[in-house]
Amino acid sequence: MGALRHGYVTAPLLGALWAFTIAVTVSVSFAFATGEAFKPSLWLSLLFGAAAGVIALKAPGRWTGVGVVSLAFALLGAAGFGAVLSGEGVSLGKTLLAGLCAGFFTALPLAVFLEDCTWGALTRHEFEEALIRFFTGIGYIFFTAIVVIPFYVMVMTSLKSQQALLQNPLDFSLELSKGWGLFRSYSELFADFGFGGYLMTSLLVSVATVAITLAFSVPGAYAVARLRFKGQAAFSRSILLIYMVPMIVLALPIYIVFSMVGLRNSIFGIILIYPVTTIPVALYMLQGYFRGLPAEVEEAGLMDGLSRLAVIWKITLPLSLPALASVSLYVFMIAWNEFLLAFMLLDDPSKFTLTRGVAMLNSSEIPRQHLMAGAVIATVPIMVLFLGLERFMTKGLTAGSVKG
Amino acid sequence: MTSLSPPKGTGPLGRREARLAWGLLMPTIISVALVVILPLLSIFWISVKPVQLADLRAPAPVVRESLRGRPAAPSDPAQYEIRIRNSSQDKPILGVTLADTLPEGLTILAPDPRCTIDGAEIFCDFGDLEPGYRERMRMEAQVSQAFLDADPDLDASEPRLTYRSENILTNSEFTLDNFRRVFDGGEFWAVLWTTMFYTVFGTIGALVFGLFAAMLLNKSFKGQGVLRGLYLFPYVAPVIAVAFTWVTLFDPFSGSANALLLQMGVTQAPINFFGERPLALIMVTVFEIWRYFPLSFLFILARMQSIDTDMYEAADMDGASPFQKFWFLSLPQLLGILSVLFLLRFIWTFNKFDDIFLLTGGNAGTRTLTVNVYEQAFALANIGAGAAVAVVVFLCLLLFSVFFFKFISREEGL
Repeated sequence: MGALRHGYVTAPLLGALWAFTIAVTVSVSFAFATGEAFKPSLWLSLLFGAAAGVIALKAPGRWTGVGVVSLAFALLGAAGFGAVLSGEGVSLGKTLLAGLCAGFFTALPLAVFLEDCTWGALTRHEFEEALIRFFTGIGYIFFTAIVVIPFYVMVMTSLKSQQALLQNPLDFSLELSKGWGLFRSYSELFADFGFGGYLMTSLLVSVATVAITLAFSVPGAYAVARLRFKGQAAFSRSILLIYMVPMIVLALPIYIVFSMVGLRNSIFGIILIYPVTTIPVALYMLQGYFRGLPAEVEEAGLMDGLSRLAVIWKITLPLSLPALASVSLYVFMIAWNEFLLAFMLLDDPSKFTLTRGVAMLNSSEIPRQHLMAGAVIATVPIMVLFLGLERFMTKGLTAGSVKG
Repeated sequence: MTSLSPPKGTGPLGRREARLAWGLLMPTIISVALVVILPLLSIFWISVKPVQLADLRAPAPVVRESLRGRPAAPSDPAQYEIRIRNSSQDKPILGVTLADTLPEGLTILAPDPRCTIDGAEIFCDFGDLEPGYRERMRMEAQVSQAFLDADPDLDASEPRLTYRSENILTNSEFTLDNFRRVFDGGEFWAVLWTTMFYTVFGTIGALVFGLFAAMLLNKSFKGQGVLRGLYLFPYVAPVIAVAFTWVTLFDPFSGSANALLLQMGVTQAPINFFGERPLALIMVTVFEIWRYFPLSFLFILARMQSIDTDMYEAADMDGASPFQKFWFLSLPQLLGILSVLFLLRFIWTFNKFDDIFLLTGGNAGTRTLTVNVYEQAFALANIGAGAAVAVVVFLCLLLFSVFFFKFISREEGL
């Protein structure tokens, strides 16, 4: 470890590793964006990275170093010796651009990583700071990549045609000349597969689930949080136990009973079941919030002659609107995303929820882009809701999502 | 002397409060009992019954009435026909009787010995129907002109049937075959091993990645909110959408991941990520980590942001290096939330069904216990065996929760 803590070792080492990371990132992003052949070169990127590390340390000004490295990477790439190698049929412009990107994103972060470092021996602080900045950089790239790539593939695949996909699975560039034709999969889903109806069904089921869940869990949560009765402690604990029960274990008897009484294939049956799976979570989340409300306000209400129920309605509920919003959103998300019960209980295509409808698209006769378009249709509403009301959603997730 | 000790027991006010509490809780208790407790108990019952998927529909007689001979005039010969059959191929139906009202103008001349006719009412006693039994009972009949003019549909008046059929779920036939089937051979241990691998690595992986992500975002900079929202995407999106996206992405023939790996020269031949034996299990575990790291990230970040900064300032004064600060200050503070998360995620990963079911359908060595419940009950159409696996799942969970409650009661927060 001691030998590592010298500027002349740390800088080339971090530089080499970082340059390789960037080379991989740039090739993957260029391949995904253009569909053309870009690949990182392990040895060349390590070599040039080490040089870039030294330059970052030695360069008189930050931007001089960055400029030199960017230009060098671009020119080397064009000459065929770059950290990012381009295959046949890639135009010179794109090769230059890839090299430039690789150089820039290698040099600038390196300059930041090695900000406090000097050529000679480093203190433990300087060394660890540099290392932490380096790993932070890798972390941002890694996490962003693993989250963005699947969603990017999902959206782009839904806009492609079958032939284009089979020809080059990497080519996600949009054929803008097609205009509205890009959305063919979507229009077919809505026109021929009845996805408009599934959307409405899902919406109806989710909203009904939220309403019923709140109607049941608000009084229950209030009782557990405020009222004194025997078994209160045991009760608030067993709520947690309820959501340890796996859905598949319950789904089996529910399937049997529903088959016998003829509730299978009915939206009513689904609305009967969904809220029960969410009531314990909602109750648990709400009682935590109710406990945090000042009891004095409620007592004042009681003194002024309100009944307990009136206190809940007129005092507690208005005070806990933010919590109600969080719980509603969270329950909505669970109901919207629910798949297992819908899959087992619904067979009739006219009564599908959205998730069940998407599951139907997973067959070898239906092209992939339809499946992905279905996935996008199922994802977009919940994402819009999530991004629009992120504050509530995040709170709901932290409060309730011991479940998942 | 009057005692000055506080009153003991519950007074009328206290009783009223308790009554109100139970009243408020009642809807929840009833619904949870109906949909959670009752099914749980019934799982034990079903697991000792020899019940197949096809047995769920109890055998019933199927009856059709019709008029044969196409009478065109009142004098034409006609037959009144009752077709009856047993819907089940392997179970008898006992004591079948049929009662119906004949349409106006239809007279039966020669009733079958099993039938009696009282005015317009016909009553037939078929006795017991053997499995797979079917019969056409024909009786000479005469029709009037009014009948011919009206041309009524004989099936329109629903025949009233009475019968006894045995439902396999309620009779007293018990068997241990289901459990024998489940534990038979090495399959059960393979399934258990898969489950443990998936659960342990899925849980630990999600925690470790969540911890990393939380450390990345535990500082304020521009775009922190955006990144935090972005990193939650995998958890918020519907499982069905992301699972199918992964399947598409890693498809051996048209998947982008394989195309990328081939192009970069990492591999020479396409890899069947979800179809090969150890790889498929690793892939579903990676999916689990990918999908649930946001959750641990959210919890850990919340805890990190509530740690007092004074401590770090003191450590800075003492010359602690960044790694030392993480190892000796942050980590001990996070231990509580990490262990709570571990326990909860462990149980939830153990329970997970959708993800594996959608990714591989339990093939290629990815069949966990929960997937096995579905496999036995629906793919192999043996409800009893599925229930037996469900009992095993439930007992495992019971074990976990005993442990969980012992441990969690000492932990903060929950």
